[in-house]
Amino acid sequence: MNKKTKGNAFLYIGGASTLVMTVLILVGLVWTPYSPTEMDPSAMTCPPSLAHLLGTDNFGRDIFSRVLEGAGTSFLIAVCVVAIGCAAGTLMGALCGYYGGIPDLVLTRVCDAITAFPSFLLALVIVSVAGKGTYNVVLALGILFIPSFARVVRGEFARCRDLNYIRSARLMGVGDGRILFCHILPNTRAVLLPAITIGFNNAILSEASMSYLGIGIQPPQASLGSMLSDSQTYLGSAPWYALSVGGTMVLMILGFSLLSEGLQQRARRN
Amino acid sequence: MRYAAKKLFTLIITLFIVSLLAFLAFQIIPGDPTTAMLGTQATPEARAELQAELGLDRPVPVRYWDWLTSFLTGDFGESYSYRLPVAGLLGEKLAITGVLILMAFLFTIVLSIPLGILAGSIRNPVLDKLMTALDQVVMSVPSFFLGILTCYLFGTLLRVFVPGDFVSYTQDWGAFLSYLILPALSIALPRVAMTVKMLRGSILEQLGEDYVRTARSRGLPRGEILRRHVLKNALLPVITFLAVSAAEIMTSSIIVEQVFTIPGVGRLLLSSISNRDFPVVQAIVVILAAWIVVVNLVADVLYQLADPRIRLR
Repeated sequence: MNKKTKGNAFLYIGGASTLVMTVLILVGLVWTPYSPTEMDPSAMTCPPSLAHLLGTDNFGRDIFSRVLEGAGTSFLIAVCVVAIGCAAGTLMGALCGYYGGIPDLVLTRVCDAITAFPSFLLALVIVSVAGKGTYNVVLALGILFIPSFARVVRGEFARCRDLNYIRSARLMGVGDGRILFCHILPNTRAVLLPAITIGFNNAILSEASMSYLGIGIQPPQASLGSMLSDSQTYLGSAPWYALSVGGTMVLMILGFSLLSEGLQQRARRN
Repeated sequence: MRYAAKKLFTLIITLFIVSLLAFLAFQIIPGDPTTAMLGTQATPEARAELQAELGLDRPVPVRYWDWLTSFLTGDFGESYSYRLPVAGLLGEKLAITGVLILMAFLFTIVLSIPLGILAGSIRNPVLDKLMTALDQVVMSVPSFFLGILTCYLFGTLLRVFVPGDFVSYTQDWGAFLSYLILPALSIALPRVAMTVKMLRGSILEQLGEDYVRTARSRGLPRGEILRRHVLKNALLPVITFLAVSAAEIMTSSIIVEQVFTIPGVGRLLLSSISNRDFPVVQAIVVILAAWIVVVNLVADVLYQLADPRIRLR
């Protein structure tokens, strides 16, 4: 155990739970104990048992399999959203921070303005204009996540721009592209990694909220949000349905928030 | 004074940009609202007539100007699907959501500040860890799931409250307010946890400052230092954080309204999005955005009132 990670409980617990969740979700993509859509009339609304770990729903479908599938959808969407936001945001932040000037001033202001509004509200507007559906949700959230990444990356690039090692690289005739992506970018990981985990958190939460409201992922595709909305109807007869779907959501968010907390602590200690 | 004037100017510019964007966003939509209203079978003449009636045949800048000026006088246009003035549709719903947001915001302040101070002054390491862990868990529960849990706990198990049994303030203020308590708490709790975490960090940071060491070396008791010196500084960033919370509370209320079937702005917004009823969506978005901008301005002004150092700059 080295000094940097010693006693960083957030990093360990968050990392471990995220790892377990990720493995479960990846397994769920290729194999689930039952088919998530298979209905079993002899086992409708069964409480959790050994045969059905999290019980069955009103159609006799195995909730554990459905949760795995739903979590998989939510996870994949979060990955896409963060990938779009992080790639575009990093590029924008890098160029703005490194070159500065009027474009930097304008884009920084725009990013500040966008981050002042809750991304969920803006996503609602985009979806209401562009229409519902998985692609539009991913695109809307991805675009809205750009400013948060651009802001943190821009700060790091502006800070590194005039450091000695970059100056010497420039003197040696290293091209701008190489300086930006081979010399400065690796140094931004201390701020970029927590930003990515926070982004994951927000992406899962936003997608779940939108699907819960019926404007995100559309059935028959399963997602945690729409399942939670379904399960609410059966709160009286099958409370384990809502509890296991919501619990999975909480565990995913908790894992990522602990991980980001741990990463931030590690960055502060350096 | 100059500070306030400058802030007010920024506020007006921001609101102008927000209104422009909200207007333009709904101009780039492929398809025409008249198709949705008349169906695809409509004759071109009927469509043109309706377009003229709705004012859709005029150029965009003219329409924006008309929309803005009538918006400022309280005329929010006419809903496509209900054929009623938007202002009339919004009236009662805005009041309901407004009360819900205010209530959630009050809960956030009233609960988070004492709890945050408590969390910041705990010296027992086990208790501190326990509280941090609990805080982290509460923070991770989405408000709509918290709402479902409350429905289950208080509605199904304890039977002290009937989900969906909403009474509007026009009928009975007491029943209206008591129905909103649980939704407001569901919205507030995750924000409380975040504020507590933030305040705890802020207090711990201040405790490490030199002035605390000086005060301690003068023999001041710990409680006294905390009350008289540390809190004044530690509470400052909370003001800004609460402004962010106000925006988040607003989004949560849209979702939690759905959980508790409260007929507020959130439900109207969602049904209008589904019906592609753009005047309604536009009006709600601009009102919500204006709320966020104003809250941020209030936080800025409060911050500079609370911290004279900002004014000196």
